[in-house]
Amino acid sequence: MATGTTSPSTETLNSNSLDPSDPLKQLYPAVNEDDTPLPRSWSPKDKFNFIGLSLNNLRVHYKGVGKSHNHKDAASVRATHPIPAACGIYYFEVRIISKGRDGYMGIGLSTQGVNMNKLPGWDKYSYGYHGDDGNAFCSSNPGIPYGPTFTTGDVIGCCVNLIDNTCFYTKNGINLGIAFSDLPPNLYPTVGLQTPGEVVEANFGQTPFVFNIEEYMKEWHMKTRMTIERFPVSDRRGEWQQALQRMVSTYLIHHGYCSTAEAFCKATTQPIDEDITSIKHRQRIQKLVLAGRMGEAIELTQQLYPGLLERNPNLLFMLKCRQFVEMVNGSDSEVRGPNSRSPRSQHSSGGTGSSRSSPNLSPAHNLSANASSSAGPHILHYQSQRPGSGSNSPNRAGGKHSRSSTPTSSSSSSHHSQQQHLSDNMHSNEDVKNAANAGSPQSSSDRYAMNGSGSVYIEGEENMDLSDGAVEDGLVTNGNYNPPPPCMNGNSHNLEAGDAEDMDVEGSGKQLCGGNRTAIEKMLQYGRELQSMSQHLRRQFGHSDTNKKAIQDAFSLLAYPDPWNSPVGFQLQSVQREPVCAALNSAILESQGLPKQPPLKLAIAQATQCMKLMAKSGIGACAFASVADYLH
Amino acid sequence: MKMMECDEESPFDIILSPEQDRWLQATTQVKRLVIGSNRQKADAVQHGILPRLLEWLIDESVPQELRTEAAVVLGSLAWGTEENIQHLVNAGAVPVLLRGLSNTSLAHVEACLRCLRTVFMAPNPPVNLIYQDATIIPHLLNIISRTAQTKEAIANILANCCTCLEHQNTLCKTGAISALAPLLTDGTLYKIQMPVLKCFAAMCYQNPDVCAAVASATFNGVSVPQLIGKLQCRDKTSEMQMASAKCLTFLHRGGAISAKDRIIVLETLPTLVRMCKKDRTLDENVEGAETLSYLIQEDQELQKITSVCDHSMKALAEYLTYTDIQQLDSRQTQKKAVNWGNALRTAAFQAFAAIGANDEEIRKKIIAIDNLIESVVAGMNSDDLKVQVAACRCLHSLSRSVQQIRTTFQDHAVWKPLVKLMQSHSDDVLKIASSTMCNLLLDFSPSKEDILECGAIDILTKLCAKEDEPPLRLNGVWGLMNLAFNSEQKVKMEIVEKLGSELLFVLLSERDPEILMRTLGLLRNLLSKKQHIDNIMMTHGTQVLQAIKCILEADYHSADIKEQTLCVVANIADGPQARMSILRNDGVMKQMIACMQAYGQSNLQIASLYGILNFINGEDADSFERFRILREKGVYNLLQKLMHSKNPHVYERAKHALNQFPST
Repeated sequence: MATGTTSPSTETLNSNSLDPSDPLKQLYPAVNEDDTPLPRSWSPKDKFNFIGLSLNNLRVHYKGVGKSHNHKDAASVRATHPIPAACGIYYFEVRIISKGRDGYMGIGLSTQGVNMNKLPGWDKYSYGYHGDDGNAFCSSNPGIPYGPTFTTGDVIGCCVNLIDNTCFYTKNGINLGIAFSDLPPNLYPTVGLQTPGEVVEANFGQTPFVFNIEEYMKEWHMKTRMTIERFPVSDRRGEWQQALQRMVSTYLIHHGYCSTAEAFCKATTQPIDEDITSIKHRQRIQKLVLAGRMGEAIELTQQLYPGLLERNPNLLFMLKCRQFVEMVNGSDSEVRGPNSRSPRSQHSSGGTGSSRSSPNLSPAHNLSANASSSAGPHILHYQSQRPGSGSNSPNRAGGKHSRSSTPTSSSSSSHHSQQQHLSDNMHSNEDVKNAANAGSPQSSSDRYAMNGSGSVYIEGEENMDLSDGAVEDGLVTNGNYNPPPPCMNGNSHNLEAGDAEDMDVEGSGKQLCGGNRTAIEKMLQYGRELQSMSQHLRRQFGHSDTNKKAIQDAFSLLAYPDPWNSPVGFQLQSVQREPVCAALNSAILESQGLPKQPPLKLAIAQATQCMKLMAKSGIGACAFASVADYLH
Repeated sequence: MKMMECDEESPFDIILSPEQDRWLQATTQVKRLVIGSNRQKADAVQHGILPRLLEWLIDESVPQELRTEAAVVLGSLAWGTEENIQHLVNAGAVPVLLRGLSNTSLAHVEACLRCLRTVFMAPNPPVNLIYQDATIIPHLLNIISRTAQTKEAIANILANCCTCLEHQNTLCKTGAISALAPLLTDGTLYKIQMPVLKCFAAMCYQNPDVCAAVASATFNGVSVPQLIGKLQCRDKTSEMQMASAKCLTFLHRGGAISAKDRIIVLETLPTLVRMCKKDRTLDENVEGAETLSYLIQEDQELQKITSVCDHSMKALAEYLTYTDIQQLDSRQTQKKAVNWGNALRTAAFQAFAAIGANDEEIRKKIIAIDNLIESVVAGMNSDDLKVQVAACRCLHSLSRSVQQIRTTFQDHAVWKPLVKLMQSHSDDVLKIASSTMCNLLLDFSPSKEDILECGAIDILTKLCAKEDEPPLRLNGVWGLMNLAFNSEQKVKMEIVEKLGSELLFVLLSERDPEILMRTLGLLRNLLSKKQHIDNIMMTHGTQVLQAIKCILEADYHSADIKEQTLCVVANIADGPQARMSILRNDGVMKQMIACMQAYGQSNLQIASLYGILNFINGEDADSFERFRILREKGVYNLLQKLMHSKNPHVYERAKHALNQFPST
């Protein structure tokens, strides 16, 4: 089924502005450096005066006299920033350039404010591993035997696990085992030196580490995933399963996958809250919006839901702005001529038979837009699409984020990926169908093994009997899944995809309003009406930045000889129809007393928000629990 | 099948009947009947349909559909109990199914393979049937890549059919490496990768040739060890990490990957240490520790790294405290009870033995583990043979420490269980126990006396007589050698007596250089004080001199052995009575003189000069006679020649000897 798609990279891209040339960003993708910068060097301010820094504040040397042979000589330096919890697993390495006179070097962690005239580990909230005796110091002096001693030429690593709040060290790439547990939050990488000649140099991740930290991260990534996937849900009364099925059915209904929804609800005995005809109505309207036929869409909406647009003037204004854009595009029926009217002609047949069609909306873009919290230049474009989204309810999370649009640079490619996604979808549907019906015993069992990502693999017995079963007459009787409903969206998808492409050929050769002179006049006339509507709205409801920006953007298309290749040309892309479509769909649903967002989308938005809260609250597991991982 | 009507014929009867046109339907019916039910499977076998199904498989005139269906039913039957599999094997199904692999129908080939895989994954598979016909392995490798099903089945068959050197070499020569390497890559299914890893492990185990071939093989430009290494990543299952680490361990021990290679030090070793952690299953703990021991056994640096890696010693120490005795093996294939307490103890002892093999500091850490030595003693007293051996191996490793022998060992009277183990009937136990005993019989060992009192000489001489067990003979002689060192006449006489001239002669005629070396060492230790020398030579002189002559004359002994023999001669030459027996023995004298002239080998020259000096020393009544014989044999002239030697040791000794000669 067409599940919502956010490519994981999109999310990291948006929340992080990922720079492929910065290894630290790649190491800690969940960290938002705007909120919590990563330690990248030693702090020239947060150090004892016996400490000298060089080489971009990465190299540390002892410049005290170190005569007295006692602890008063000790001097430490902290990194510029504390370790962000969203790292999940944090790691840095220190190379011993010279052990100096006595090699009294300590490598570790401390919180802000710990005395710098000490080696790490001696004071409360301070932790260290010392080179002279190999002892570990956990807020105490003396320490306890921990690892081997270290000296000139050795590379000592320190890894903080922010999920279970432990720390282990490495020596020359070998894990020495847990040194500390129950660590407090907001620790800074810290080193301390005590005798003349001691020089160490830190690697905070700018160059490759000796120890393979990525491997260790992978393990925790997997562990976190397992914790989520194996989260115990008591389901004695089947409520859990029902809730999940409800998620699916409401999602299908919301987006108007009418026949799939019908089949699914029938198979799972889920109720359908909405009248089937109402779903079909929405479907028809959505189809029109996605095809760029705004005029017809508005007309049909007014016809099917009288009063709806009158009650939502901002929505109507948005639709009209879009219509103007579509007129420029040459796709609106006002400028396309009578032949292209009547979307009904595309339905296979009238009446009940037409139930197979479904809207071309892929929620992908709403979702990916959700994730983009960083304000792009065009963020306000569709702000008006969600009237009343200012409340503090959980809805807000989704609503707020879906306002922001995809940055121009990536939108054309994401459009492609959307289409790709659609066809992928069809493939996977067919695959499932094959697996279920075509009687290929391996394909079914193998698929499980593959998806199981190792830990969930088919045991021989099951496999054997499954294959036995599948060989006979191609009927799986003891398989693990319910065969998908026989009714597929596949065909209609195909149609729509072709349709959309047809209308949407980009690049050169495009002409304003399809090159039709009358159409251009119509468009200009329409623009004037829009202008007066805008003024009317302002008089009635006061100034609205959203509306103003919408009309300005739409009109600015006319300022360029080739609007398609202009800075505002992104508006003409068909992917921009989707937010409009979603807003209209939500408004219709709301007017019917139905939720304007499907629970699935709410859940995703809440989960995404939860991850951000976890990062803020110092819960490291958020590093490896990316919601995007679950949205294939 | 309640649905069946009473008057309906059973499908088994139809299969056995001549009603050809009903066979297929009946076979399909049987297939449905037996799915998932061991009782039904056994029932089907009971009805005697196996021969009939096999007959169809062979008979090419039978419709293909029926033949494939028959293979499917056989596969399903094999999936029942081990008994069913035994029935299948006994009915001759394996060769028939192997022949079925040449069938043109892929479905048929797959059905046969499914059945074969099940048969070969059972305990005690009929491995030889695979190698009986030289075309089978090439054919299997030829068709392996056809489908996921063939990959999985054939990889499993091969993994279970590689049990000896010959199998390993056959598979290697037939191109198994290049056929299996592509199946290690990322896109491959887990259940195919696993048997492929097992197959590589089975092929590489203790086979340097195969290891070298695997290490140099590549697929798509990536070396096979790299491909294997990727599967021990930490996001793979424990089981897969383990299997991969095992392959790499065998490749290292087979000499194909250096201990310094990153993949061994930074990947395989830590992986195995991880397997020893509490969060893994018991069988992974056991297998991890055992594989780790094997990995580091020969390399001191790896032992050092292991000792500091991720608290490995702490994890292993916890093995010793495991108390739940019985638990089912978590691996589904073998549902037999395993005594986990013993298995874990065995694995831990082995690991400690390996980690502490060469480093005194590490040994100290091992000894410092709570209750370690008590556990070792308890282990040696265990009635499980494997635990005994492992505990003893651990003790042996620790017994390389002089300090431990002097302190902890004595405090805990480890010699007691050790002596008890020496009564064992198992050669495995005897080997390691006697090795350990040798160390405890060293001169500085306080346990020496205790063990002696417990009849050490008896025990050791018995070992010396073990004709078909050279390692035991070696340890026996070694132990006696240590025992004889600096000991009283009483002990020496007892050794000589218990050993007897005959056995002594046998040992001196030994071709094994190690044993011979220790025997000569024993002789040197026995023949150490003037009085002792004379006494022993009085009783055993003839045999000893005879054996010495043989050794010196033989051209197959190394210079080291000859040197040691000359030292024995020198020792004898120190005996006031005994020395004359050598001087009068032309054979030995001739060899000594020859060795004095062995110009390239100064150690032989020095050793023989050492003997000559002993002849000369002493103001006895017969000194005149001795000088006469030496002159007569030309020793005097020879010594003068040696004064020109460039080797200062030779020169000094020759000069010293010449000075002793009375002037004529």
